[in-house]
Amino acid sequence: MPGHELLPETFLNWFATKGWQPRPHQLALLEKAQARASTLLIAPTGAGKTLAGFLPSLVELSRRKKADLQGAGLHTLYISPLKALSVDVARNLETPIKEMGLKIKAETRTGDTPVSRRTRQRTKPPAILLTTPEQVALLLAHPDAPFLFADLRTVIIDELHAISGSKRGDLLCLDLTRLRSLAPELMTIGLSATVARPSELRAYLVGQAKPDRVTALADVVVTDGGAKPDISILEDQDPVPWSGHTARYAMPAIYDAIKRHRLTLIFVNTRSQAELVFQELWRINDDNLHIGLHHGSLDAARRRKVEAAMAQGMLDAVVATSTLDLGIDWGDIDLVINVGAPKGSSRLLQRIGRANHRIDEPSQALLVPGNLFEVLECRAALDAAHAGVQDVVLSRAGALDVLAQHILGMACQQPFDPEELYQEVRSAAQYASLKRPTFQRVVDFVATGGYALTAYERFAKIRQNPDGRYRISNAKVAQAYRMNAGTIVESPLIKVRLVGRKALKSLNGSGTARLIGGRVLGELDEYFIEQLKPGEAFVFAGETLRFEGLRETEAFVSRAHASDPIVPSYPGGKFPLSTHLAERVRQLLQHKDDWGLLPLPVADWLRLQAERSTLPDAREVLIETFPRSGRYHLVAYPFEGRLAHQTLGMLLTRRLERAGAMPMGFVANDYGLSIWARRDIGAMVSAGSPSLADLFEEDMLGDDLEAWLTESALMKRTFRHCAVIAGLIERKHPGREKSGRQVTMSTDLIYDVLQKHEPDHILIEAARADAATGLLDIARLGDFLRRIRGAIRHVPLERVSPLSIPILLEIGVEPVGNMGREDILREAAEDLIREATQQS
Amino acid sequence: MALAQLKQDRTVERDFSQQNISICGKAFVADLSGALYWPAEKALIIADLHLEKGSAFAAQGQFLPPYDTRETLRRLATAIDRTGAKTVIALGDSFHDREGPQRMPAHDRENLKIMQEACEWIWVLGNHDPELADWLGGYTVSEIKVEGITLRHEPRGAWTTHEIAGHLHPAARIVRDGYSLRRPCFIGNGQRLIMPAFGSYAGGLNVLDEAFDPLFGQDSFAVWMLGQEGLYPIAPRLLRGD
Repeated sequence: MPGHELLPETFLNWFATKGWQPRPHQLALLEKAQARASTLLIAPTGAGKTLAGFLPSLVELSRRKKADLQGAGLHTLYISPLKALSVDVARNLETPIKEMGLKIKAETRTGDTPVSRRTRQRTKPPAILLTTPEQVALLLAHPDAPFLFADLRTVIIDELHAISGSKRGDLLCLDLTRLRSLAPELMTIGLSATVARPSELRAYLVGQAKPDRVTALADVVVTDGGAKPDISILEDQDPVPWSGHTARYAMPAIYDAIKRHRLTLIFVNTRSQAELVFQELWRINDDNLHIGLHHGSLDAARRRKVEAAMAQGMLDAVVATSTLDLGIDWGDIDLVINVGAPKGSSRLLQRIGRANHRIDEPSQALLVPGNLFEVLECRAALDAAHAGVQDVVLSRAGALDVLAQHILGMACQQPFDPEELYQEVRSAAQYASLKRPTFQRVVDFVATGGYALTAYERFAKIRQNPDGRYRISNAKVAQAYRMNAGTIVESPLIKVRLVGRKALKSLNGSGTARLIGGRVLGELDEYFIEQLKPGEAFVFAGETLRFEGLRETEAFVSRAHASDPIVPSYPGGKFPLSTHLAERVRQLLQHKDDWGLLPLPVADWLRLQAERSTLPDAREVLIETFPRSGRYHLVAYPFEGRLAHQTLGMLLTRRLERAGAMPMGFVANDYGLSIWARRDIGAMVSAGSPSLADLFEEDMLGDDLEAWLTESALMKRTFRHCAVIAGLIERKHPGREKSGRQVTMSTDLIYDVLQKHEPDHILIEAARADAATGLLDIARLGDFLRRIRGAIRHVPLERVSPLSIPILLEIGVEPVGNMGREDILREAAEDLIREATQQS
Repeated sequence: MALAQLKQDRTVERDFSQQNISICGKAFVADLSGALYWPAEKALIIADLHLEKGSAFAAQGQFLPPYDTRETLRRLATAIDRTGAKTVIALGDSFHDREGPQRMPAHDRENLKIMQEACEWIWVLGNHDPELADWLGGYTVSEIKVEGITLRHEPRGAWTTHEIAGHLHPAARIVRDGYSLRRPCFIGNGQRLIMPAFGSYAGGLNVLDEAFDPLFGQDSFAVWMLGQEGLYPIAPRLLRGD
């Protein structure tokens, strides 16, 4: 076979004893490596991607001699988005190293690695270090980094598509710029699932030498997709419900499917869904099947246990969230069930890829829609998956708060010249268009907060030497950097400990409640725990638990039986519908001939809609208005995803308020939104005051958006994230805080003062950019508003339309935006006055 | 007649911009800024300004926006103008720490001086600012008794009456229609009153915290929450912990 000469004898023999042939893409990558060409490898899960990534390093290391070393000897950095993935890959790497008798040391380094080993890894690193983006940043922010990375030849980034579009991706690409400066010979290998626009990932992998003129791209190796997946949509006797996402109706059918397969992986979209599905399955588990639960809030040890049990074939099924999305090999899965809407075809393909981790066999998958709209989405996703369409699109400029963190980290390593650092930063594709003045503002922010009022010069964190280089002011700054590094900001988490019944009895008997000890089940948002009263039941870690009490940063619970426990909600668990799927759903609605592919009740629902109102056109946007229980509704069907709809709802509500329609609230889901008002919106828009064209005019993204953003809670939350990442405020470290009462100074106060006195401060700019891309989907909303100009179809109705029902039923599920906060206080005060006057 | 009046009111927007509060029979007007005005004495009372808290954090490496002192003084000036007060009584913790006055920017010192020229100025000392230099202007006292009402920083224990104090930064939280709203508040029982913290960066402590238990015990108390446009009396049964 051509290319075999790239592999030394030892390697060829090893392949032979395994009965394997080196795969074409593995050889292709070896060839690229020999030419020192950074490369993106695109391959579906199960194609031997990871081994392909490591082969060049293993070959090179098998020939390396002591005399070749310049520094500490670290040759390859493997970086993955998940700690668990690093650990797993390290284990898989052991096998070929051992079987070939290679003298290559590979170690992991994560937040869990003992301090002693982490210290040793700085001076005597292994040849291959498997780690996370945060650890790389920490390693770089140290004066010994030049020695540590002097021999670095290769960086392998796994699941690049999952890292690159995020702030972690920004941090990592900045780290790559410094790694390239320290080790100019450096070659990068990106491993990725199939994506819609590979060029962005290719640009990510290489240094941009001429950021103003050309975008440099890494080479690319693509492997075939393998066998087509075998996907079907669950069709059940029970009709699909109008609303909701839990798919409770389908549990018997899911249970049945589990029984008929070896190992079933059940994916859901949120952690609360995972808890619910798990509960429901156990409720009907008459055959005592082994069903496990896996999500991000569970204790790491518990997750490891489930993973190990999967690998050993001891489980029949596992209910999981995106924690199991990424490429870890967990044993012999022969069925993947996706509960709820898949939200994107790339996402679905990735999840389906979990089944039959062998490239040449088709994966088996079952889609279970939670409501009528989700049936349409499942159908669209299924078609897209069959066509192999990918819809992950990554496009955003590097975040400024992350840049601030990086600049401080670099100062911790060694004094930097601002011009040199600016050029280095711009060699990252994400920051190629960064302007010099903006960069300087970020440097000033790091130094003294960057305020127009220069008040903090004497407290500066970094100062300029006479030669113009910036250095850190003292060792405490570096210490603080290490405590606050990273881009993941979450509300404080509280450990949940299970206290046994016996312990509890003695605890009750003694009279003084001493909450102590107990097994850790996982961590929950402080926010959720604080809503609980002692004695209340809730569902977590697959069990119904009784909340006993809170002590410092730990919550104590006991096992309980309750008919109606609360399910915690977790923020950020929902994904918006991808643009591509939205397009397909719109087309599906139009093509009546395809309705035959849909379950009968769904087709009936659409027929009824066609009869009573009309179906949204693929090009037009449908607007319905109708009265319902004393209110007047306006329902729009843009199919642009929940985030864009929420933003649209917020802005339309403001406009309707100005027009005198007296809007009372709105609700949005992935497919549309409904606004209700005291006055007859239908009559108003029919009379042209305001006209729908005015109402949906794109200029709402100007002043209206601005005015709303300034006040919005969302902007304040985004600001808090940026403030933490940029180092304006320090992270809370659970357990380090003093117990006892605390006067809370929220970042809202800081935001309010800054917004008032310096609204164009760099951090507000950063928060605004975040809100616009991530949380509001403004780009998508803008595209939509432009697309529908002159294509708005208004259908006034006498009563509620069939298509609107699932949206209306979302009420109570989603909070109603951000309007009228003052009204809450006013109403509460009016209540009190009313009460008082009635008594007298 | 009073009832009919109220019913009429309901159709009109009721004005919540200030609230009459009585303490041991004396009439006060609480302002939505968090200040308390005593019309009979033409005195404006504020608590816990925590001036220069921003720079105190900056000294520790957290560069909070340096506009908190400026913002606090601006709001104070507005409250003085609105009420026409002739005396200002600051109930302690006026500065976040002992070095606060030295760090205060010249611009803000100037503004403080201008206000002090228009009003008699009384600094009640607090635990954050146990002493204040003379150059700051105004009188410095550990507590002060006016018309039988004692104004001090830290409230005394149970059963204390005739008292207006600060120190605790009371804040209240209510949940309604799925919204949670947490705001600074006045809390009192007709015999004593605890003032909200006036400082921009002062923050708040929930009135359901046990720190408030000894002050009001099992007795009923009343709460007025600060909004953007008004000051709202809230039924204690609606209050929630954090």
